[in-house]
Amino acid sequence: MRYLPLTESDRRAMLAVIGAKDVDELFRDVPAAARLAEPLPLPRHQGEMEVERAFTRMAGKNLSAGCAPFFIGAGIYRHHVPAAVDQLLLRGEFLTAYTPYQPEVSQGTLQALFEFQTQVAMITGMDVANASMYDGATATAEAAIMACRITKRAKVILSGSLHPHYAETTETSLRYTEMEAELLPPDPLGFEDLLGRVDSQTACVVVQNPGFFGGVKDLRLLASTCHEVGALLVVMVAEPTSLGLFESPGAMGADIVVAEGQSLGMGMNFGGPGLGLFATRDKYVRQMPGRLAGQTVDVDGKRGWVLTLSTREQHIRREKATSNICTNSGLCALAFSMHLTMLGGSGFGRLAEINHANAVRLEQKLAKVKGLKVLAQSYYNEFAVHLGDDVKAAEVVDALAEKGILGGVPASRFYPSWPELAPVLILAATETNTEDDMDRLVAALKEVV
Amino acid sequence: MSDVNTFSGNRGLQVEEKLIFEMGNPGCSGVDLPEPGPVDLDRMDGLAKRGAFGLPDLSEPQVVRHYTRLSQKNYGIDTGFYPLGSCTMKHNPRLSEKLARLPGLADLHPLQPQKTVQGALEVMDSLAEWLKELTGMPTVAMSPAAGAHGEWCGLMAIRAAHDDNCQGHRRRILVPESAHGTNPASAAMCGFSVDPIPAKDNGRVDLDALKAKLGPDVAGLMLTNPNTCGLFESEIIEIAAAIHGAGGYFYCDGANFNAIVGRVKVADLGIDAMHINLHKTFATPHGGGGPGAGPTVLSAALAAFAPVPYVVHGKDGFELVEGGREGAKPFGRVKGFHGQFGVFVRALAYITSMGADGLRQASSDAVLNANYLQAALGDVLTPSFDGPCMHEALFDDRFLKDTGVTTLDFAKALIDEGYHPMTMYFPLVVHGALLMEPTESESKDTLDQFIAVVRGLALKAKAGAAEAFKASPQFTPRRRLDETLAARTPVLRWKA
Amino acid sequence: MGDKRFTKDHEWISVAGDIGTVGISDYAQHALGDVVFVEVPEPGRAIAKGAEAAVVESVKAASEVYSPVSGTVVKGNQAIVDQPGLVNEAAETGAWFFTIKLSDPSELTGLMDRAAYDAYLKTLE
Repeated sequence: MRYLPLTESDRRAMLAVIGAKDVDELFRDVPAAARLAEPLPLPRHQGEMEVERAFTRMAGKNLSAGCAPFFIGAGIYRHHVPAAVDQLLLRGEFLTAYTPYQPEVSQGTLQALFEFQTQVAMITGMDVANASMYDGATATAEAAIMACRITKRAKVILSGSLHPHYAETTETSLRYTEMEAELLPPDPLGFEDLLGRVDSQTACVVVQNPGFFGGVKDLRLLASTCHEVGALLVVMVAEPTSLGLFESPGAMGADIVVAEGQSLGMGMNFGGPGLGLFATRDKYVRQMPGRLAGQTVDVDGKRGWVLTLSTREQHIRREKATSNICTNSGLCALAFSMHLTMLGGSGFGRLAEINHANAVRLEQKLAKVKGLKVLAQSYYNEFAVHLGDDVKAAEVVDALAEKGILGGVPASRFYPSWPELAPVLILAATETNTEDDMDRLVAALKEVV
Repeated sequence: MSDVNTFSGNRGLQVEEKLIFEMGNPGCSGVDLPEPGPVDLDRMDGLAKRGAFGLPDLSEPQVVRHYTRLSQKNYGIDTGFYPLGSCTMKHNPRLSEKLARLPGLADLHPLQPQKTVQGALEVMDSLAEWLKELTGMPTVAMSPAAGAHGEWCGLMAIRAAHDDNCQGHRRRILVPESAHGTNPASAAMCGFSVDPIPAKDNGRVDLDALKAKLGPDVAGLMLTNPNTCGLFESEIIEIAAAIHGAGGYFYCDGANFNAIVGRVKVADLGIDAMHINLHKTFATPHGGGGPGAGPTVLSAALAAFAPVPYVVHGKDGFELVEGGREGAKPFGRVKGFHGQFGVFVRALAYITSMGADGLRQASSDAVLNANYLQAALGDVLTPSFDGPCMHEALFDDRFLKDTGVTTLDFAKALIDEGYHPMTMYFPLVVHGALLMEPTESESKDTLDQFIAVVRGLALKAKAGAAEAFKASPQFTPRRRLDETLAARTPVLRWKA
Repeated sequence: MGDKRFTKDHEWISVAGDIGTVGISDYAQHALGDVVFVEVPEPGRAIAKGAEAAVVESVKAASEVYSPVSGTVVKGNQAIVDQPGLVNEAAETGAWFFTIKLSDPSELTGLMDRAAYDAYLKTLE
């Protein structure tokens, strides 16, 4: 077996040193009733070729995005990842390293995390960012909990603009705590009144910008309203490339910014792993969950990096920790950082412009589809359309798939009990979409709607 | 260290590397993007801006060199022996990386129509089947993103089950003193209070003390098995019976599952929930701190409370259940989308490569390697417990008494010898712990060399070389770093 | 200030009139190692005997400082907030944590004097 270096003669020699007659003897603390005498009746080991064949077969049953005009977003976005990023990620010193607890042999990971934290703080317009969380959904939940900890209040308002998975994950996280989530209904038109809901009981308001249905909003008034009553504003960014073209959440007054970082560096991978970005103000840093890399010097006075402020974390604080999180999304954070470094400041801005321009182009072309209305007036690279009162978006999406087109996400997949959302389809366009893709989508929509 | 100074500050292959923010070359980019054409910005609510971010501009060769140099300042499993106890640093197969990059698996969106992703759902279902077979448990929640996340998932299911049975007043969780810090932290996030239970002199849970703590307010027990001392809890069946008898559920922290895969089905031990760290037991890369995955198996008593989503066999193939379903009472959702799919692909590739026979051989070799270390070092170090260990060997710092050398110094000296240190000062129940987990990936030759080095260092420490230990490591890109400075005056980002 | 009295959690208090000054013992600062962060209570806060009053952290450990007596906080020591290292240098002198107006001076009788505390420390070795 190719991953196991011991030979039978090695094993015999080692057992002799140990003084055991066989390996079974080493398992003598296992209750006899629970010991399995032989391998389970399951498939035996296989060579690379056989395994690869099985996976190629499974992969072949899927319609991959690169083989279809593709317009799906809703929290995961298809972007082109530069070839260098993936090649660099495969370097064994990154791929096969543990968490950088031993800083003398982990300066590579630590410096990369310090750069990542800086990049995240820069694009979100915040003071400080952590070394990442599992994904956007868990980062949103942790932000809500952190806001309760800071304000010593228990009420969390979740905007209808928030991705339903993020809202569900946050509700689940608060379910058995003293905190409570107030979830507002889905808001495809951007009419939601948050200002009137914030009061002196409110720990935080959580909004997503651009929203789940694509709409973008100026959050300055909401931020000042929150601050007047001592509440915090948490802004979720599901599509971080939007920050290349937008006023940052930090500049609009956010206290905590969380994001799903999958758009940069990682590809879609059927939705996981993700990358939770988490940024806040300096004054809240000790209330922030997750790992932090910090700058220091070594005994020779040379600049270096360590994990720091760990007393917030579970391995020291145990049940009083800011979170139970014990890892981050290290390799995904590295991928994000590499992609952003490849883009640079000018490339990041231009990527966002292309995304927005493609979405505008898509909207213009969709105007030719009879009965179709674009809902939000302002958007970045994604918007929701209404296909007509009697049209079911889910059926349209299935019909498009029959034609080899992956044409958006029906809102009903997330909101099955909201009949008025049945005709709503959410469409995204990125730099990967060609003019031809858009024409094929429009032509197909004309046929099926 | 070395008296030789270079003009550059570099030392041969050890190259000093600036931060990216200190090496920008304005106007460069590593990516060629087309002209966007005239962009109509009036669809952006007046929020559009074209501004500087402070991000540096670099070309591709600069970027490639930067990250290559950074990588050379890291130690990985690919570099050498990584005996980090409780972390299972085994070889990460490259086939897994190749397969995870197949466009038919990588370039998939989680919200595609389900009939266009039947192969992806098959990957999830096949992995779930293997995990259920290997543990003997009827259900697995696939979506937790890491071990601690799986702990929380399992405890949430326990809490939901108690609530459903009108036992919502059960809020106390028993956790051994030797537990990993995530255990009490996860319990607290479910609204449970944590009640520590002591260990006996042989490193196992004190069953009598446990029984004395049982009562009508006990929700359950969290126990790592094999435990954090690397020992199998020999009374685990009695422990399970006791907790069940008191109306509680039994959560097992599966961090050390690598010791028993294919040799013990956890269902036979009376366990109700256990997370499985795919990045430990099933060889997916640690990646410098994630992404991991922590699927959590559940007993029949807890199955109905598994979080969404999950895959079922429908009439037209695999079906992903994202909302309600007859008979199910999911406690909620633990993350976005469907779990760590990219990690699932790698884990399944490893599992199908190894097969039932290979997995059993791996756990046997892992235990053999650990016992070999324990036996070969037992006379110069001080093993904390008698008898065979499981997949990791625990020593304490009695062998360093009066040498002036601490466990930390000893570990740092190992770095200069070309090894990653073992886990130090964990578990907390022994003094100055040194926890070594060799895994099945290491050859006898590697272990013999390591043993010779550790023996040499132990004799050197006893011979009175404290100063040399205190000054180590000498040969690393950076020597010991000032953690006090980092914490007193935090610098958490670069600033111009 | 009067003589110091100690708790089993390694706080000390020294009382003048009805005002007590509270800190952590030299033993405690030594056990923590380099102190990197301190949080002291706001003036006016009412604290019960044994309740969490302040926080002290080193690189590898975090600990709560419990009030040895009940009362109302008069003042926190900003100097140790600004320079946590003072706790290592002068735990039982200048690096006090907070002053408190005692609501029940009889609580002092349950605390250890220096000799009793030293004897208690011997039992921890």
